Amino acid sequence: MTLGLINANPVVHAKKERVARTEDLHGDEAVDPLEIYDILLSVDPEHPYSLEQLSVLSEESITVDDKLGRILITFITVQHCSKATVIGLCLIVKLKHYFPPHYKVDIKVSPGSHANEESVNKQLNDKERVAAALENQTFANL
Amino acid sequence: MEFVDGRFELREIQKLEGHTDRVWSLAWNPATGVDGIPSVFASCSGDKTVRIWEQSSSTSSSWLCKAVLEDTHTRTVRSCSWSPSGKLLATASFDATTAIWENVGGDFECISTLEGHENEVKSISWNASGSLLATCSRDKTVWIWEVQVGSEFDCVAVLTGHTQDVKMVQWHPTMDILFSCSYDNTIKVWADDGEDEWSCIQTLGEPNNGHSSTVWALSFDASGDKMVTCSDDLTLKIWGTDSTMQPADTDGFAPWRHLYTISGYHDRTIFSVHWSREGIIASGAADDAIRIFVENEEKDGLVDGPLYKLLLKEEKAHDMDINSVQWSPGEKRLLASASDDGTIKMWELASVSC
Repeated sequence: MTLGLINANPVVHAKKERVARTEDLHGDEAVDPLEIYDILLSVDPEHPYSLEQLSVLSEESITVDDKLGRILITFITVQHCSKATVIGLCLIVKLKHYFPPHYKVDIKVSPGSHANEESVNKQLNDKERVAAALENQTFANL
Repeated sequence: MEFVDGRFELREIQKLEGHTDRVWSLAWNPATGVDGIPSVFASCSGDKTVRIWEQSSSTSSSWLCKAVLEDTHTRTVRSCSWSPSGKLLATASFDATTAIWENVGGDFECISTLEGHENEVKSISWNASGSLLATCSRDKTVWIWEVQVGSEFDCVAVLTGHTQDVKMVQWHPTMDILFSCSYDNTIKVWADDGEDEWSCIQTLGEPNNGHSSTVWALSFDASGDKMVTCSDDLTLKIWGTDSTMQPADTDGFAPWRHLYTISGYHDRTIFSVHWSREGIIASGAADDAIRIFVENEEKDGLVDGPLYKLLLKEEKAHDMDINSVQWSPGEKRLLASASDDGTIKMWELASVSC
């Protein structure tokens, strides 16, 4: 267990005003990246601030291909953030919860934002490793 | 010249439902499907169970679930493998154990549990004679167990060398030489020196024209002279060795070398590859498709022509990722596939008359 927070003094940005959206995403309508963004806002293992306020995600970092049923997420962390894989797992759990199971998720750390970018990306995109990690941890409460 | 002149299709025979989570792996019982014995295979799942399926009659779409092996593994069952005699089934789980099951008059009983790995066990393989069992894990090690009288299993080696998660182990079809493939992008070859000292005798990595990402599976051709590997790098690679290969000491061992890379056909991770007795290669990938490859017989005199060609691609074979494809050991060209969608499908590779 780490003593103290990894990012004890995060830079906090103002939350943008946003119109509330419905949560029903299982219909046949195209998946709107902004909807995904709203859902992922509240995920953060360390702080009461949302990931938007910490600039982990921005609206530009989500792309959806409805025809193929694929979602690509890129997220930003602090250079040596040891929680990068945990943040990634939290994002994956949230996505799985809200989207039809056949959607494929590719998740990457925003290029240049993490020292071990390749290693983090490889772990997060190995679905066997993700499955085992999710079985290990209590991600159910997210 | 069958594959040159004919058109083929993968006919879906049956869809098997029952598992309540993704199906990771399946294994055909090698002692069934011949001499009038109905074909049997096992499947394992994220639902922590193993299911045994049997063909109830000669009618093709007659597969039924005969048994559910539950209340033993406490986490995902990742893979399963039958002993060569078909009497025992080994199952590998994320709970870090390997269970050994015996069919006692139709009921499967867990007769032994192999412990030792530090975390998730990913794969198991029996050697050709059934005297040895190999397991591998995310703990980066490969273990070799000796099967004793009374179904006791003694660990005779803990093999280190891989620098990451080991995804699969597979014994050579005729010799006691073990192959493993890993998240560290390499394939390792392990043999003993004749005195029960096991070691890595070869590593196939990028310098050997090897894979550039996780190697998920490997499969030998019927003769054991060639193997095919599949990877997250979106390629299949064919490897070969001299058929006069001797085990163990460096004087006799003929190294494996890269023969050919099949690339440009897959656009997402290839999780499974299996070489049939007849030399047909099937792949299962994260794009929900099954692909069939055969040796390219119409070389047209081209020295640089492709050695293998795509015979067919079954798009949307499943609704989600395909985790395992396995040819049946029997007479017919039957292929079973397992998917994240929780189902297993039975296919027949058939020629199409125009």
